[in-house]
Amino acid sequence: MQPDKKTGLHFNTFKLQVFLVLLLACVSVAALMTGQLRIHPYEVVKIILSGIFHIEKTWSPTLESVLFDVRLPRLIAGILVGAGLSVSGASFQGLFRNPLVSPHILGVSAGAGLGAALAILFFSKIYIVQLFSFLFGLLAVLMTYSLSRVYRTTPVLMLVLSGMIVGALFSAGTSLLKYIADPVNQMPSIVFWMLGSLNNASNKDLIIAGPVMLGGIVVLLLIRWRINLLAMGEEEARSLGVETGRIRAVIIFCATVISASAVSISGIIGWIGLVIPHIGRILVGPDNKKLLPVVTLIGAIYLVIVDTIARTAIESEIPIGVLTAIAGAPIFAYLLRKNRSGW
Amino acid sequence: MMDALLEVKDLSFSYNGNSKYAVFRDINFSVNPGDIFCLLGPNGTGKSTLLKCISGLLTPCKGSIFIHNRDISRLRASQVAREMGYVPQSQVSAFPFLVEDIVVMGRAPHLNVFSAPKTEDIRIAYDSMETVGIASLAKRACTTLSGGEWQLALIARALAQKPRIMILDEPTSHLDMGNQMKILGVVQELAEKGMAVVMASHFPDHAFLLASRTAILNQGSIVRQGTPEEVITDECMCKTYGIDVKVIYVGEGVERRACFPFHRVKSQSVNKLNLQNQNITGMTGI
Repeated sequence: MQPDKKTGLHFNTFKLQVFLVLLLACVSVAALMTGQLRIHPYEVVKIILSGIFHIEKTWSPTLESVLFDVRLPRLIAGILVGAGLSVSGASFQGLFRNPLVSPHILGVSAGAGLGAALAILFFSKIYIVQLFSFLFGLLAVLMTYSLSRVYRTTPVLMLVLSGMIVGALFSAGTSLLKYIADPVNQMPSIVFWMLGSLNNASNKDLIIAGPVMLGGIVVLLLIRWRINLLAMGEEEARSLGVETGRIRAVIIFCATVISASAVSISGIIGWIGLVIPHIGRILVGPDNKKLLPVVTLIGAIYLVIVDTIARTAIESEIPIGVLTAIAGAPIFAYLLRKNRSGW
Repeated sequence: MMDALLEVKDLSFSYNGNSKYAVFRDINFSVNPGDIFCLLGPNGTGKSTLLKCISGLLTPCKGSIFIHNRDISRLRASQVAREMGYVPQSQVSAFPFLVEDIVVMGRAPHLNVFSAPKTEDIRIAYDSMETVGIASLAKRACTTLSGGEWQLALIARALAQKPRIMILDEPTSHLDMGNQMKILGVVQELAEKGMAVVMASHFPDHAFLLASRTAILNQGSIVRQGTPEEVITDECMCKTYGIDVKVIYVGEGVERRACFPFHRVKSQSVNKLNLQNQNITGMTGI
C-alpha cells in the first residue's frame, strides 16, 4: 500500500473494521482476566457466556461476582466512554472545521467539573455527584449555545468563543469551591474526581448512562456522511441542500449528551477525543463515512487498554486522565510533526 | 416572458433586513435554458451577494426568485439544490478530502439525512468529473489541487446535483489565462447542453467570449442589461469602473470585441509610443 502522507493510508475499511472488532474482543477478555485476582481467559469466556446460555457452574461465586459486579461494568463503561468521546471528538472536528477541537470545546467538562465539586461539597453522595456533573455539563453547553446565537443562526466562531467564555466562568467557580473546601477530605476528592477514573463505574450507572451514550453514538454514526458536508463550511453545505442549523444542533446535542454522561461516570478524561480521530484519519483518510466507525472502535480499544494499565500497573490506581495525557501528548506531538501540512 | 427557467423579480437585499441599507435593490432579470447570463460590476458592488440570494443562501428583504414559476422561498433547501447548482468562490478545505469525496457531496440533495452515497451516486459523480475533464484526479487529495483543478472539482460537484441552473461566482478569479479559458470552455459546454448559467465576472471580456446576455451591477442596481455588444461600450465601462476603456473589434481569426483599459497619455508621449510600437500590428479598431 502506497502511504499518502496527506490523506492517510486508506486501508480497506471493511477489513480494518473486522480486525478492530476482533482486537476489541481480545482486549476485553484480557481486561477481564487481569487484576488482583487473575482469572483464566477460558474461564472468563465461560462465565460471560453463562449469562446468556445455560452452562453448568464449575467456578466459585466470588469469581462470578468479581467479573459481573466489578470488572464487566468497568469494561463496558470503558468501551462506551472511549467510543463516545472519540466519536464526539471526530464529529466536532468536522463541525468546527478544525482538527484541533476536542469534545470539551463547548464547556461540557468545565460545567461538569463545577457540578461535581458542588455535589462533593454539599452532598458527598456518589450518585448526586454523577447527577450534578451530568446536569451542569448540559447547562454549560446550553449557555454556550444560547450565548452564540445571533440573528437566529449560530456561527461556528461565535460557538467557539462562547465556549471559552462559559468554560472560563465554570472553571473559576470550581477553583473557588476548591479554595473554600475542607482541605482534608473534600478538596482531595474534588481533585481526584477531576483526574478521571472508571473506578466508580457500576451496573447501576450503566443502566441509565449506557443507553443514553449508545443512542448518541448511533445517531452520530447514522448522520456521519452529512458531517463531511458541514466540514466544507456553512454556505457550501447549505448550497448542497443541507439544513445546516438543524444538523448542527443534532450533532452538538448528541456529542454533549455523550460527553456529559461520560464525565458523570468517569470524571474528566482528556485527550481521547482529540487524539483518536487523528489516528483514525491516518488509517482511513478524512472521509467521515469511513472515519467514524473506525474511530468508535479505536477509542473503545484505547480506553480499555489504558484503564487496564491504570488499575494494574501499580498497587494503587493511577488516575486515568493522567495516563491518557501521558500517552496522548507524545502521540499527538508526533502526529503534528509528521503531518504538518495535511490532516 | 412568463416561462423563463429562472426569473429574478424586484429583488432587494440588506444584511439587517432594513431596506434603507440595501446592498442592492429592485433587481430584475430572467434566464432561459442555454443562456449564459454574465453579471459584471466593480468589486464590492454586491455581485456575490446577489448570487447567494438567488441560490437561496441569503434571504432577500423584498422580491422573489422563481424557478419555472415556483417561488424558491416556498421550497426546501434540498429541493432548491436539485434545481440549482452553486459554485462558490474558491475556498480551501479544512480536511484533505479526496476529489471523488468532494464531488459526490453534490448528491446530498438527492439523499436522505441518514444515508450515504450509493454506487449509483458514485457513478454520477464520476460522470460529472468526466464532463469537466478531471476524472484522472479522482483519488487526489483536494488540498493538493491547483486553483484551476479545484474550480473544476467544484463545478463537477455542482453538476452531480443534476441541476438545470448553474450559478457561478467568479469562477475564473486567481486563475491564469489558460485555466480561465478552460473554465469558460466548460461553462459554454454546459450551456450548449441546455443548462441556464448565471455567472459573475471581473472581466468584461468574458461576457464577449460566451455570454448571451450581460448586466452591469453598480451601486446596488442593474444600470444596464442586454447583449454584451449593447452593454459593454466605451462610455459604459468608463462609468462603471472609473477608468478609460476602449472596446475594440479584433479580427484576424479572433473575430470578437475586446475591452482595453488604458491610461490616457499626453500627445507628446503618444508620438514616442507610436514610434516604439511601429511593429505591433494585428488590431483593427472599429
